[in-house]
Amino acid sequence: MITSDHYIILSTVLFAIGGVGFLVRRNVLVALMSLEVMLNAVNLALVAFNRARPVDHAGQVFAFFIIAAEAAEVAVGLAIVLSLFRIKRSVRTDDADLLKN
Amino acid sequence: MVWVGQVYFYVCAAIAVLAALATVASRNPIRGAMGLLLMIVAVAGLFLGLDAQFLAAVQLIVYAGAVVVLFLFVIMMLGPSAVPPRDRRGVVGRTIGGLLFASTVLAGLVLLAGRLRFVPSRDLDTGFGSVSAFGHALFSDALVPFELSSALLLVAILGALAVARGRQGEAAPVLPSGQPGLAAPSATPAPLSGASTTGQGGSRA
Repeated sequence: MITSDHYIILSTVLFAIGGVGFLVRRNVLVALMSLEVMLNAVNLALVAFNRARPVDHAGQVFAFFIIAAEAAEVAVGLAIVLSLFRIKRSVRTDDADLLKN
Repeated sequence: MVWVGQVYFYVCAAIAVLAALATVASRNPIRGAMGLLLMIVAVAGLFLGLDAQFLAAVQLIVYAGAVVVLFLFVIMMLGPSAVPPRDRRGVVGRTIGGLLFASTVLAGLVLLAGRLRFVPSRDLDTGFGSVSAFGHALFSDALVPFELSSALLLVAILGALAVARGRQGEAAPVLPSGQPGLAAPSATPAPLSGASTTGQGGSRA
């Protein structure tokens, strides 16, 4: 029998994978995609908690707002990536040092 | 047929984990985007197993339909520059940081695992997570945040436009190799560099 706890464990594993990708990878695009993986893991955990306590739809509504916020984040983030690429001709995170010195 | 649900869960979970690994580990961002797409579809399948039908549909529409396409669009716009040359500087510190993060999260999981009881969730009345039930919750309890999220999306559209567009009339930066930079979509076309400037400019004017 699959319970909500199985989903919580899976969500933790996905969150760890996304976090490691975000910290280790230097390509901005891959870092943003790792962020997506992490947010998906959080959504999965929220929906699983909602399934474990199905008196209302609070967890699902929260996941819905996370999806909306994430769409906004991706749009602005990719615009920043394009802007950075126009200035530095690079998509590496350590080339984004415009505020240095 | 109890095992059908288990097989479904484990297949979706395996696809999600493998696709997430492919997303973070692939050198080519296109492959990473494909892995992200696969992971999103697998998570939508897991949402179905959690009685969240509407969220599964939203997941497919918003992520697979919009977010991944946006990623692919930017990757293809950058072209070969989306794969920067290999560079080993600072890889030790990054790996240590990643390992620290992973060990922290997995230690939390191990601490949590002793308390998990794996009690099955109770059966639901029909309609939990359906469009009508979810919509009722969204438009009664969460009406104000819903409207605020529309304002958030509007601001995000404007912000993305303003950031990606650059300043009006600003010429694209020119590479040392003479390649014209990624032209800002401005009203005036970016001037071409090199010897072809006069001919091209004359014909265009």
